[in-house]
Amino acid sequence: MVEALVLGIVLGGIIALGAVGLSLLYAILRFGHFAHGDLMTLGAYLALAMLAGPAAWLGLRDVPFRPLSIGPGLVLATILAAAIITVIVWFVDAAVYAPMRRRGSDVTLIAFASLAIAIIVRSIVYMVWGPQPYRYSTELQQAIRLPLGARIKPDELFSLAVVILIVIALYLFLERTKIGRAMRATADNPELARISGIDTARVIRWTWAIGAGLLTVGGVLYGIQSQLQPVMGWNFPLAFFAATILGSVGNIYGALVGSMVVGIVQQVSTLWISPGYKPGVALAVLILLLLIRPQGLFAKE
Amino acid sequence: MDLSGPLAYLVGLATTSAIYALFALGLNLHWGYSGLFNIGIAGFFLVGAYTSALLTQPPPATEYVQYIGGFQLPFVVGIAGAALAAALLALLLGVPTLRLRGDYLAITTIGVAEILRLILLNENWIANGSRGLVGITQPFEGIVPPSEYVYVYLLLVLAFLIAAYVAIERMVRSPWGRVLRVMSEDEVLVAAVGKSVARFKLQAFILGSALMGVGGALYGHYVRAITPDTFSPFFGTFLVWVMLLLGGSGSNRGAVLGAFLVWALWSASDLLTTSVPLPGALVTQAFYLRYLLIGLAVLAVLLWRPRGILGEERRVSRFVE
Repeated sequence: MVEALVLGIVLGGIIALGAVGLSLLYAILRFGHFAHGDLMTLGAYLALAMLAGPAAWLGLRDVPFRPLSIGPGLVLATILAAAIITVIVWFVDAAVYAPMRRRGSDVTLIAFASLAIAIIVRSIVYMVWGPQPYRYSTELQQAIRLPLGARIKPDELFSLAVVILIVIALYLFLERTKIGRAMRATADNPELARISGIDTARVIRWTWAIGAGLLTVGGVLYGIQSQLQPVMGWNFPLAFFAATILGSVGNIYGALVGSMVVGIVQQVSTLWISPGYKPGVALAVLILLLLIRPQGLFAKE
Repeated sequence: MDLSGPLAYLVGLATTSAIYALFALGLNLHWGYSGLFNIGIAGFFLVGAYTSALLTQPPPATEYVQYIGGFQLPFVVGIAGAALAAALLALLLGVPTLRLRGDYLAITTIGVAEILRLILLNENWIANGSRGLVGITQPFEGIVPPSEYVYVYLLLVLAFLIAAYVAIERMVRSPWGRVLRVMSEDEVLVAAVGKSVARFKLQAFILGSALMGVGGALYGHYVRAITPDTFSPFFGTFLVWVMLLLGGSGSNRGAVLGAFLVWALWSASDLLTTSVPLPGALVTQAFYLRYLLIGLAVLAVLLWRPRGILGEERRVSRFVE
């Protein structure tokens, strides 16, 4: 039980990395970004490519921080992959979503366009890397014993630490920088923000960049824990949306809380039902939420 | 020259297209006329196919095959059961989501479609797990000689398509259909004249979903073997959307045209990639290249031809000029 709880928090952290970006995009651009999960997959694979490319060239490929299975090479690879994903989402926004926004397309059709992007991204992953699974590292690691009989792998604790660091950095960014405050204002009320002279185009670029960076890290952390597969991100949007709506759309801190709830419920559920049903658990949370409190836990009155 | 090969191929093409046209008509009722964003067509497709198969099949023959049901009921009961099951699923999903913003329905439907597939894959006792159901019974089996069966089945599917087309055309031109049209443009207006938006949405959602269930049943009886992976998000949902968007959402003729056109193009691209001898590694890549091209085609339609080929019909009532 304690073990499931800790693993649930780790999973919640990974979900949070997707849900925070999704919540911001949802609030600022007004459409559900269905490609979020498959871009997470692409981020994880790009990090793999960067690990085999630039990181290996610097001799950083197989030097893990013991007792972790991963090392500075993967950190560098993740940063590079996040930069590439950012460029990709900027390009997609400029080529697809922005023209649709300008034409005043129904937001539902923009959401559908993002589903098409998801299909395209996944077929690219299949074409480049094939259907076989990959791992960042073949190192085996021993679990650490925690009190109350829980056994946790060092990598999982590392993931948790990374998530906490990112959340602190995100908090500082959103509270202390000008663009961060502009982002929160736009998420809160896009029209009002525009009238107040906030450069919404810039806010949108930053939102994509932050969303892309976070989901790349999420993809890599998930890849460390399980393995890289072309479908690894496909079911994540369910958890992202459940967390986003639970925390009230546009509320970043709400999305964090929502992610923890969804992650813990998903992980604890595996004590009784097959782990294959994790996406089903996220869906159940979502439907229950829509029935009871569709505005989420932190809605403004 | 023997024409039976190409002819059989065309008949198969037409049969599958006509079944997809039923999905596209159902989706048109959802999206084209009522503005309901259903991206879980695969779920209704799956429910229809499995319900009808389980109702009409004989009980499991050996201990290695297991599924619930096997009632050996007639084909008509199977079809009705499929429609009913899909309608029930729509009711269950519609009640919590239809009163909320549009994309919540989308998230729920796409999620349920995936979960249903997962459940059927993991729970062997329901419908034989990943190996699926084989030897699904067919109507008029034994009455029609096997060599001519494909033509009979094509006629049967076309009869369903024509009936569905006529019924939906009448519905959307009725006062009920006009309310749907107004609702997809302006919900407040519908509420203001004293009509329940939620009720109209639910009715449209259930009707369209039931039609998808019927399409699923016809598909199962046609291919005779279904596994959970038949109902992938790509084949079960995405392709139907491509058909409707390309043909012209808001137009039933567009939905049917899109279904035939897209399925013909998809099959042609299959013929192209399988007839050219490719080295082993490239075969899978060619397969996903087709996915990629369909994705790009959707973006092209959304960006440059958002109304599709035929476009939305402006005039739905003969009383309006």
